[in-house]
Amino acid sequence: MISVGLTHILILSTCLFFIGMYGFFTRRNLITLLMSVELMLNSVNINFAAFNKYLFPEKLDGIFFNVFIITIAAAEAAVAIAIIINLYRSHNSIDVEDAGEMKY
Amino acid sequence: MSDITQILLIIGLPFIAFLLLGIFGNSSTLLKNSAGIIGTSLMAISCFFAIQIASGYFLSPSHASGEAFSPSIVFKYVWLNFGSGKSIDIGAFVDPISAMMLVVVTFISLMVHIFSLGYMKGEERFATYYAFLGLFTFSMLGLVISANIFQIYIFWELVGVSSFLLIGYYFQKPSAVAASKKAFIVTRFADLGFLIGILTLGFYSETFDFQELIARLSNHQTPQFLAIASASFLGLSALTWGLVLVFIGGAGKSAMFPLHIWLPDAMEGPTPVSALIHAATMVVAGVFLVARLFPIFALSDQAALNIVAYIGIISALFAAIIACTQTDIKRVLAFSTMSQIGYMMFALGVSGYGGEEGAGFSASMFHLFTHAFFKSLLFLGAGSIIHMVHSNEMGDMGGLRKYMPITHIAFLIACLAISGIPPFAGFFSKEAILHAAHQSHPGIYYLGLFTSMLTAFYMFRLYFSIFWSKESKDHSHHSEGTWSMKIPLIILSIASILVGFVPFSSYVSSDGLGLESHLDWMFSIAPVSLAFLGIGFAAYLYLKENDKPESIANSLGSIFTWVKHKFYIDELYLFITKKVIFNLFGKPAAWIDKNIIDGFYALSADITTAVSFSIRGIQSGKVQGYALYFFGGILGLAILFIYIMN
Repeated sequence: MISVGLTHILILSTCLFFIGMYGFFTRRNLITLLMSVELMLNSVNINFAAFNKYLFPEKLDGIFFNVFIITIAAAEAAVAIAIIINLYRSHNSIDVEDAGEMKY
Repeated sequence: MSDITQILLIIGLPFIAFLLLGIFGNSSTLLKNSAGIIGTSLMAISCFFAIQIASGYFLSPSHASGEAFSPSIVFKYVWLNFGSGKSIDIGAFVDPISAMMLVVVTFISLMVHIFSLGYMKGEERFATYYAFLGLFTFSMLGLVISANIFQIYIFWELVGVSSFLLIGYYFQKPSAVAASKKAFIVTRFADLGFLIGILTLGFYSETFDFQELIARLSNHQTPQFLAIASASFLGLSALTWGLVLVFIGGAGKSAMFPLHIWLPDAMEGPTPVSALIHAATMVVAGVFLVARLFPIFALSDQAALNIVAYIGIISALFAAIIACTQTDIKRVLAFSTMSQIGYMMFALGVSGYGGEEGAGFSASMFHLFTHAFFKSLLFLGAGSIIHMVHSNEMGDMGGLRKYMPITHIAFLIACLAISGIPPFAGFFSKEAILHAAHQSHPGIYYLGLFTSMLTAFYMFRLYFSIFWSKESKDHSHHSEGTWSMKIPLIILSIASILVGFVPFSSYVSSDGLGLESHLDWMFSIAPVSLAFLGIGFAAYLYLKENDKPESIANSLGSIFTWVKHKFYIDELYLFITKKVIFNLFGKPAAWIDKNIIDGFYALSADITTAVSFSIRGIQSGKVQGYALYFFGGILGLAILFIYIMN
């Protein structure tokens, strides 16, 4: 058994980030877009926790950042869902392609 | 009561009237109805204290024992400190001329306040009118007691503003609006000269205080005097420049040629205002200013003093000639004011400093003093006539002596006084002026003599045309006016008879020592007989309605037309401003502004429009598109920082 090192975790978080990015660019459903954004946020969370554990084990700054990010993600999700509900009421759809009025 | 309290009350009470009536006068009915009473009673208190201050000053025991009148500083505090001993102070300063002016201003203002009770009755903006009168009186009093040349400038401008407000009182009339603008712009233009003059004198003398300034610049040994006399610009010393520029300010306010064009138009204001501002007080501010700085003029700079003398005599003669042809009674009086101020100016100009040499100074101040009484009497009389006839034109009047006996007598007294007939006030002061001129400047003396004959002629032309000439229309249904209009006329008539007997030169003289006033009866023969000649000629032409004036006017032909149009000075100004300045400077400046300055901004706006039009596709409205730019940006920055910056 090889022990899990920093590199493994960074590879994991990178994969997670690009999966989220892929989802953000390819999906049309706004709920899915929101989930993709959450994936990207969580990949960053993993990075914080990993760097904290492997580079500065005597400190807790990274863990505190995790707490902040989780809180902000919750607030962000609430706002995003409120926007999506409003969009559904006015457009009868939550397809991102259907809401394209805000252009030149 | 101490002097400080009295001085503060004198100038403060009119200001309180201004604040009270100006702020609350139109909103409270009670104040609106009693505005005249409030303004007048505050003014009466102020006048009482002014007379008390002046009598206390002039009749002080120290003078009786032969000492000179010395200026006394009532109070003074530093307002703006520039460091190193330089500062602008605010203070009050009583010397013979300011004590005299305090009495004149408050007294005439009180008379005008009383007269206006009847004259302005029923006006829509009655309270505003009294507020403006209060503001004017406050500014004028502040001007005369200023201890400091900068302080005098502040009050000088305030006086200009209140004059502007009062000329434009009937702002519904376009002519009144134009006249108030003209008065303000012309005097403001002159005040530019005044300001530069103040700065020049202040820079070299290193002080703004009048006493210090005079002490430093009239003594030829001080370092400040040597500096200002040796500095030269365009061939004249800085001292001459400073004094001439200050005089330009004074000439603008005092309507001296060629800055007189605003005064005839200023007659658009209510007539009592003309009596107060444009006859007795504000227009003599220029004379007062020259008198204030007189020791510098007389002791240090004869050239500037000569300019004062020549401008004075030119204005006196010029205005007297024009006054003979005008038909609007207020305009005749306006030109006569200008002519009399010309007298005061040239009296200062021919005067020396100290002793008998300084007789011209005393004479000028004496004429200022007596002129205030009879000229305001003339204007208030004219106001009373206009109130009855509802016209300013001589042609609409005539034969009024039966209908307005009090105005008639008052007007006659004032005309005799201004013509210099003994024993009325104008005789004494005019004699003193001519006497002073006779000794030093014979040329000016003869012109002054001629002007005094013209004065008698045009004043009696006015008098005969109003009160005699043709039989009047029936005015019996009009009364002569209320008692509040008659009382000032009576008081001022008495004053016009009596003030000539004041031994003025023993109180007010250039060095404060006082002069024995002496009247040389032989010398008086020429001016008085010329005045009678003028009156006789006026009687010959205007006592009965006839066609002689017309035939004389016709025989003079184009000269008469020239004079009637005031020598086309107004047209000359319009030509210079509208044609020359407008075409040579205004239009090119407008072209540059429109094409180059505006063009630059229009160009940058066009470029912005074109660029944004071409890149507007970026704003696609697709959320994922924006996210792509975002990640593209991050990628770009990452490449920049990781590979290129390292």
